[in-house]
Amino acid sequence: MSRRQVILIGLVLLAACVLPFVVSNYRTFQFTLALVYAIALLGLNMLTGYNGQISLGHGAFYAVGAYTAAILMEHFGMPYWATIPIAAAVCLVAGFLFGLPALRLEGLYLALATFALAVSMPALLKYHHLEQWTGGVQGIVLLKPDAPFGLPLNPDQWLYFFTLAITVVMFVLAWNILRGRMGRAMIAIRDQHIAAEAMGIHTAMVKSMTFGISAMYTGIAGALGAIAIQFVAPDSFNIFVSIVFLVGIVIGGLASISGAIYGALFIQFVPNIADAISKAAPWAIFGIFLLGFVYLMPMGVAGAVRMAVARLTRKAQNPKPPQ
Amino acid sequence: MKLRYVSIAALLAAALASPTAFAQKTIKIGNTNPYSGPASAYGTIGKTIGAYWKMVNDKGGINGRQIEWISYDDGYSPPKTVEMARRLVEQDQVLLIFQSLGTPPNSAIHKYMNAKKVPHLFVATGATKWNDPKRFPWTMGWQPNYQTEGRIYAEHILKTNPKAKIAVLYQNDDYGKDYVKGFRDGLGAKASSMIVKEVSYEVADPTIDSQMVQLQASGADTFFNVTTPKFSAQSIRKAYDSGWRPTHYLNNVGASVGAALKPAGLEKSVGLITTVYYMDPTDAQWANHPAMQEWKAFMAKYYPEGNLVDGSNVYGYAVAQTMEQVLKQAGNDLSRANIMKQAANLKDFRPTVLLPGIRINTSPTDFAPIESEQLARFDGEGWVRFGEIIGK
Repeated sequence: MSRRQVILIGLVLLAACVLPFVVSNYRTFQFTLALVYAIALLGLNMLTGYNGQISLGHGAFYAVGAYTAAILMEHFGMPYWATIPIAAAVCLVAGFLFGLPALRLEGLYLALATFALAVSMPALLKYHHLEQWTGGVQGIVLLKPDAPFGLPLNPDQWLYFFTLAITVVMFVLAWNILRGRMGRAMIAIRDQHIAAEAMGIHTAMVKSMTFGISAMYTGIAGALGAIAIQFVAPDSFNIFVSIVFLVGIVIGGLASISGAIYGALFIQFVPNIADAISKAAPWAIFGIFLLGFVYLMPMGVAGAVRMAVARLTRKAQNPKPPQ
Repeated sequence: MKLRYVSIAALLAAALASPTAFAQKTIKIGNTNPYSGPASAYGTIGKTIGAYWKMVNDKGGINGRQIEWISYDDGYSPPKTVEMARRLVEQDQVLLIFQSLGTPPNSAIHKYMNAKKVPHLFVATGATKWNDPKRFPWTMGWQPNYQTEGRIYAEHILKTNPKAKIAVLYQNDDYGKDYVKGFRDGLGAKASSMIVKEVSYEVADPTIDSQMVQLQASGADTFFNVTTPKFSAQSIRKAYDSGWRPTHYLNNVGASVGAALKPAGLEKSVGLITTVYYMDPTDAQWANHPAMQEWKAFMAKYYPEGNLVDGSNVYGYAVAQTMEQVLKQAGNDLSRANIMKQAANLKDFRPTVLLPGIRINTSPTDFAPIESEQLARFDGEGWVRFGEIIGK
């Protein structure tokens, strides 16, 4: 990482820390949700952006993470922070296991298989043999955690910082994975899987592992989302969640770590803007935004930012054309 | 430095935003409605209510105050409802939230509204849990709840056929269980001997044929059918085609002519019994009723794009009248506590488009506004009311 990047990231983090003290609790809550989405999008982006597997079913892993956290808190009296690693583990295993058979499926067929997972999820959560755990249609209502150690923060601010800390950890982890052996293998498989295999990459293992890690990220996001929203119910996890995630990574920028943040801000705030513009057809307005973004920034927001920065630095480095 | 002033000012503002600060020129009412998503057909209720406030404002408002209606789309998604409710309460500083729609969305904000002590009034769902003034003193339902309706059928059976052998079919969730509980309560001690068979189905089931076969085999002569429209249609058709002709009670949820009876076949639906509580805009007997005329004039002027055969628009009109009445009663004391006090103090109030004889009564221990309905029988074209108004 260049020095300038380090400074830039430091500034962004600083701004993120100041944020909850200058905006209202409601806005803080919205930013907490945006961070939650950023983690989920990062997970999906590893799978789709870096590894080239399309998933229309990540809403299902989001639901599994959310329900894991909610059930542990409600039925086992576990503290909220302890549920996060368990939700992560459950989703890692679930994702890995789902990834094994999914290996045989390429491109659109995998998309369909994951789609099936997402559409069946609400019905599974309502299934009456599971009802004593899931609460059926009624769902589970959770309590909002207070700030520990007598910190002078209200619950919204505390939850924001809690989520921010986990987000930072997850992003650093992702950065390490994607830069290393695993990341290179993922990209190689995406670009040329036969060549990758010829080079000795264990394609099946890498693909399943990617699916598992990706599901783990989404599951962590689901758990955090459940804690922030304080409620889980089957209707919260319909197929639309999965589609919105896919929209988020494409808008943010495929195969880009920072793209997850842009995408998260987009899916958190643009629907509200659309609703403010028109009550009659909020999704039509959302569609216009979507078209605008896709046309103006074909590489996603992250791609556009990268290009803008490149152009600026080139100018700065060569103030005059060489003689 | 400047930042500190801002935060001090914010603190002061928060301190001043105690109930008295609401005594202003306008009354802000918040709402969430599914303008998009799977339940968007209900979005028209929010639009009707918005149009109603426009009419109220044109007539000079309530006690001289204009109504500001802030309605957000939650797409029937509980997380979105939480976000929007927080936006309404914390950002827009509404006085109350009115008619937020759907059982799951309202469940999601139930605790929040009560923790914040913000009136959560006349929610648009029939679940019984909204009538719990002890634990949730800031939340109140409006329409007859499922248990009330279940009890009405039970009373009718006890009166007309006390030796009935009853079969029950219900959807296996809160909604279905609510109905069955009310029904059993209504039958009282005789419930277990009168109900000869009780089976459930899952909302994900493709058909309910096997359940219907079991029910028919039980030899029941009375059928209590607690199903949503798709399954109502299936069960009506299956019962008819297999030659089973019990006295058939169909819950109000599945009693839509367009969504359930037509798909089942209107001739197969003749004789079904359900309950009604407001005037059906397609029912010819109300065509010239002054209340219906008034509603039509309102629709023409303030909501011309609204559908004149959609009962939801009548419903929205009636519930808005109820809210108006609470605000009228509150007078100049627009504190949240007084709003709740007045909402729990409705005496024989009548929204104009409710069926004649149905009145709204509430008290500090009774948070169930409408508790009476009238039975109606399907004659092949429409629902024909019969008997008296049943309930409180």
